[in-house]
Amino acid sequence: MNHPLVENYFRIDKFPHIWCPGCGHGIIMASIARAIEKLGLDKDKVCVVSGIGCSSRAPGYMDFNTLHTTHGRALAFATGVKLANPELEVIVISGDGDLSAIGGNHLIHAARRNIGLTTICFNNNIYGMTGGQYSPTTPTHDKGTTAPYGNIDKPFDITQLAIGAGATYAAKTTVYHVNQMDKFIESAIKHKGFSLVEAISICPTYYGRKNKKGSVVDMMTFLKDSFVDHKVAEKLPAEKKEGKFLMGEFINKIEPEYTELYDGIIESLKK
Amino acid sequence: MADNRENLTIHIKEDWCKGCGICIAFCPKQVLGFNENGKVTMLDRENCIKCGMCQLRCPDFAIFLGGKE
Ligand SMILES: Cc1ncc(C[n+]2csc(CCOP(=O)(O)OP(=O)(O)O)c2C)c(N)n1
Ligand code: SF4
Ligand code: SF4
Ligand code: SF4
Ligand SMILES: [Mg+2]
Repeated sequence: MNHPLVENYFRIDKFPHIWCPGCGHGIIMASIARAIEKLGLDKDKVCVVSGIGCSSRAPGYMDFNTLHTTHGRALAFATGVKLANPELEVIVISGDGDLSAIGGNHLIHAARRNIGLTTICFNNNIYGMTGGQYSPTTPTHDKGTTAPYGNIDKPFDITQLAIGAGATYAAKTTVYHVNQMDKFIESAIKHKGFSLVEAISICPTYYGRKNKKGSVVDMMTFLKDSFVDHKVAEKLPAEKKEGKFLMGEFINKIEPEYTELYDGIIESLKK
Repeated sequence: MADNRENLTIHIKEDWCKGCGICIAFCPKQVLGFNENGKVTMLDRENCIKCGMCQLRCPDFAIFLGGKE
């Protein structure tokens, strides 16, 4: 007997997947499939697009229309797919490096346009695939192979970056908080307009080892203990908020969607 | 998580388990453990409440609720 999700939504001959023991990426990939199942989407009407990275390997396992593109360009390819086929549910899977370093410009413009793409960022705070270089989300002072004495950069908050650029749905959650992740991904897919779910993942092999974060279970426990929903945090006294990271749904509003505006122009010229 | 929990039981696909220990650490009833191969095993089926949290957090699709065989 196989896992019911694998039977229905994955390319079973590709399993077991290549991710390291305890890599959080598998948890997010499963959550995306559960959200699609819950929404009852037609598999042929879903297109999953990724860039390059450990995270971007996910579409190779997922049994939908899938596109594994070039590093940082998932949103650019996905924009083309969506404009040509507005009826498709286009889901973009992108690592923190893929989405906010080399692909950062695509992120801000996809958000600005409010194009109907659902972006799931697998954020493990590192370049996993290439061996642990620091990324734009690596916390200050943390180590990477390219920051052996500690990172001096300030990290991006990808969720807030997307909101600042115009995203109309944005939420952050972690691989520990799976029930919440399922809910946010479902809402993001249903959302009309640009949506982002920043899923905090774990990379025990590079980020964990380089930064002495302990075992896989220690890294999951850290997520459990350090992330609080921003609505809960509002009511907490200052001392209880110290050292905590905020998660939750940060924006959910309706604005005109890009492919509809684009079709509107075409229609207006036909008259 | 499932509608008909009566007929469900935990299944383990040992070949796919990478022994990360996530399901074991966060099982609310502490009914899972490692076997001699460093893979997950069910220690106390009687006390499993079939909450499905192990299934939701397993990165490897190696543990899940399914029908009794
Ligand atoms: C144009 C280009 N530049 C650099 C690379 C090398 N490269 C491959 S994956 C990657 C970063 C991966 O990090 P991230 O997107 O965070 O994904 P993760 O592996 O952490 O899931 C880089 C720099 C590449 N493949 N193509
Ligand atoms: S290197 Fe890190 S991100 Fe890549 S598969 Fe291993 S744990 Fe996951
Ligand atoms: S279903 Fe719940 S109680 Fe049973 S093994 Fe899994 S996590 Fe533990
Ligand atoms: S979470 Fe999955 S891979 Fe990890 S020990 Fe449990 S069954 Fe094995
Ligand atoms: Mg990364």
